[in-house]
Amino acid sequence: MNFVSLVLVNLGRNKLRTVLTTLSVTMALFLFCALGGILDTLKASIEAGSRQRLITRNAISLVFPMPQSYGPRIAAVDGVRKVAIQNWFGGQDPRGNQHFYAQFGVDDAFWDIYRKEMIIVQASEPATPVAVPEGADPKLAGYFAEQTSCVIGEKLLLKNEWKLGQTITLNGTIYPGNWEYTIRAVYRAKDPAFGEETMFFPYRYLEQKGMGGSGQAGIYVLDLTSPDRAIGVTKVVDEMFKNSNAATRTESEQAFQAGFVSMYGNIPFVLRVIGLAVVFAILGIAANTMMMAMRERTAEFGVMKTLGFSDSTVFALVLSEAAIITLGGGILGALLAKLSVSGLTTGFLPPLVIEWSTIATGIGVAVLLGAVSGLVPAYQASKLRIVDALRRVD
Amino acid sequence: MASVVVSNVRKVYRRDAQEVSVLDGLSLEIPSGEFAALMGPSGSGKTTLLNLIGGIDQPTSGDVVVGGTKISGMKGPALAKWRSTSIGYIFQMYNLIPVLTALQNVELPLMLVKMKGSERKKRAQFALDLVGLGDRMKHYPRQLSGGQEQRVAIARALVADPKVLLADEPTGDLDRKSAEDVLSLLARLNTEFGKTIVMVTHDPHAAERATRTFHLDKGTLTS
Repeated sequence: MNFVSLVLVNLGRNKLRTVLTTLSVTMALFLFCALGGILDTLKASIEAGSRQRLITRNAISLVFPMPQSYGPRIAAVDGVRKVAIQNWFGGQDPRGNQHFYAQFGVDDAFWDIYRKEMIIVQASEPATPVAVPEGADPKLAGYFAEQTSCVIGEKLLLKNEWKLGQTITLNGTIYPGNWEYTIRAVYRAKDPAFGEETMFFPYRYLEQKGMGGSGQAGIYVLDLTSPDRAIGVTKVVDEMFKNSNAATRTESEQAFQAGFVSMYGNIPFVLRVIGLAVVFAILGIAANTMMMAMRERTAEFGVMKTLGFSDSTVFALVLSEAAIITLGGGILGALLAKLSVSGLTTGFLPPLVIEWSTIATGIGVAVLLGAVSGLVPAYQASKLRIVDALRRVD
Repeated sequence: MASVVVSNVRKVYRRDAQEVSVLDGLSLEIPSGEFAALMGPSGSGKTTLLNLIGGIDQPTSGDVVVGGTKISGMKGPALAKWRSTSIGYIFQMYNLIPVLTALQNVELPLMLVKMKGSERKKRAQFALDLVGLGDRMKHYPRQLSGGQEQRVAIARALVADPKVLLADEPTGDLDRKSAEDVLSLLARLNTEFGKTIVMVTHDPHAAERATRTFHLDKGTLTS
């Protein structure tokens, strides 16, 4: 028998209590890391935005459109290579809200600007040859040949067990009516943070059926000739429309993504608060459990000290027990989160990613839990006077 | 040569603002190899004296020297180390660790000594053989009778080969037959192995097995 086996034997003394405490720490760290994973994913999706792209939107709010006449005027600004229209659709899948996915109406220029972000992995051939807009992937010919076509992400296709050429339906909420689309191409994201759960369809379909040809656009995506031109272009574009009915606000794609995320409130703050609340709750439980375990063994510590165990050995013994429970549970929870939550998809976000730094933070929190929950009982056990400890038995 | 020397020891406990004197200027000497019994009514200070000799409590004043080492005033790790090598303690309620087998309980004090695991086990087995429990090594305390538990506790007390064994009412919780076995074992350890034994007891029959008896009353020696 040695120190480690003595620690393990003591942990096995009340197996149910040890298992339950370990599981509570596992659950806490699982939640902590899973919530951290959402933060990682949000951060990654924001960072996926290119520094070479700007977004111009209505200065009042994202929900207000801008005239389509802005497009050519923005495109003429020095430093802008290309301008595309992108419009949030917000349709509902008739099968229910749990099947929600993001949909955007996009114009032809979009496929040039975002060509570097995605690979077309499946595509229908057009019935008759059509001209593919400059810069777009020639595989998209089938998509450009129709007005009610769409391109969807590979994950979305697989999740819904859809097939190329299948017609899917959406119920319009912002733009009422039943909207039918034929899947004409499937894309795969080069960077997972770009996401593969979005549907893109021709903007002209949206404009004609949903906007009555009003000549409006949701947002403009500006592809610059160089990232260095971003500040200058931003200033020129916003100055250009300063005194119009629809003043604009131009910002980097990353800033726009961050702003889009913030529409749901201060998610990072809420997630951090929840994560910390869970950890603190478990800290209390773990500390209480360790105190109870220590109190039950007061006489034993007295006996061990009588046999010659020093205060520091008793301290190490109790602290090790706490450390094994919290560190074991913590590592288990963190890895469980990494293995089970990573790759899960939601309607808005790209597949969840839990960075190893988040796992390391989680394990760090577990170490801290072990230290804090074990320190007080370990200190009390080490400072017990033998005569007092033995008196509690007799 | 005296194994235990207690000189003019006072022990005062504080309870709130009140001071309770338990030992009042007590002095005694127990020669090496003696089997001494400490007798006296409850509250006479027997257990307190035993605790002072065992270094698990400190006198308010006076000196305690055991095996040539002055332990009064000794503190912390040094005192713990001294306890692990110099004394063996036997409790009335045995105080075995319930989650450890008899063998593991006996091995426990040897964890504090630099020794190979195999050697530790061998010595623990020898100690258990010596107390007649060689066939109960893998039994847990709950699987043993009271007498057997006390014999395991005696094996634990002597496994580190201390010169002094301290026993606090070792037969107080045992039936007559088991008590007799334990007393015979202590006597054997005294005569065959030369252990100095200091035993606190209420039982005159147990005290008869000792080679010398000290009587305490109200914190002083009466005889």
